Amino acid sequence: MIITDEQIREEILAAIAENRVMLFMKGTPEMPRCGFSAQTVNCLRGAGADFAAMDILPDPRIRQQLSAHSNWPTIPQLFVDGELVGGCDIVTELYESGQLAELVQPKAA
Amino acid sequence: MADTAEIETLLQDALPGAQISVSDMHGGDHLFAHVTAPQFDGLSLIAQHKLVYAPVQHLIDDGTIHALKIKTEVAT
Repeated sequence: MIITDEQIREEILAAIAENRVMLFMKGTPEMPRCGFSAQTVNCLRGAGADFAAMDILPDPRIRQQLSAHSNWPTIPQLFVDGELVGGCDIVTELYESGQLAELVQPKAA
Repeated sequence: MADTAEIETLLQDALPGAQISVSDMHGGDHLFAHVTAPQFDGLSLIAQHKLVYAPVQHLIDDGTIHALKIKTEVAT
């Protein structure tokens, strides 16, 4: 089966729309394939975040389509409520200042 | 190998009045940019970092810069 660029783009947009806290990373939270992705996962866990993750490595077009959408060059990329929050540096800075925990807190019903 | 002075100039031109320091963290292509700029006032961190990426994007695209760690502060 041939997967088109458009299908990949739709997968990405759906993941961002359906998951309040969505991380695009190299590898998986259980087995990160990059130190920056690993550090970002650690920050999210430290902040008590309930998050979904997508591995961008299986197809190079995932990263191309993601960066085209976010206008952000590097991986990982964290989205909260559909908005790009940042990569490893920003997530780490927000974690250390305590703002990440606030940001990823489940919204009161 | 990236030229840190050249990158400082690119950032300086893009962010007039900013205090900029670019250093090599590792291997000549893993760089750290510390930028304190008045232009960051009122912007989210992501928007601040995008202002730093934009002037050097072509060097990231062509592989001159492999990784750019960014620390931004709002100039007061």
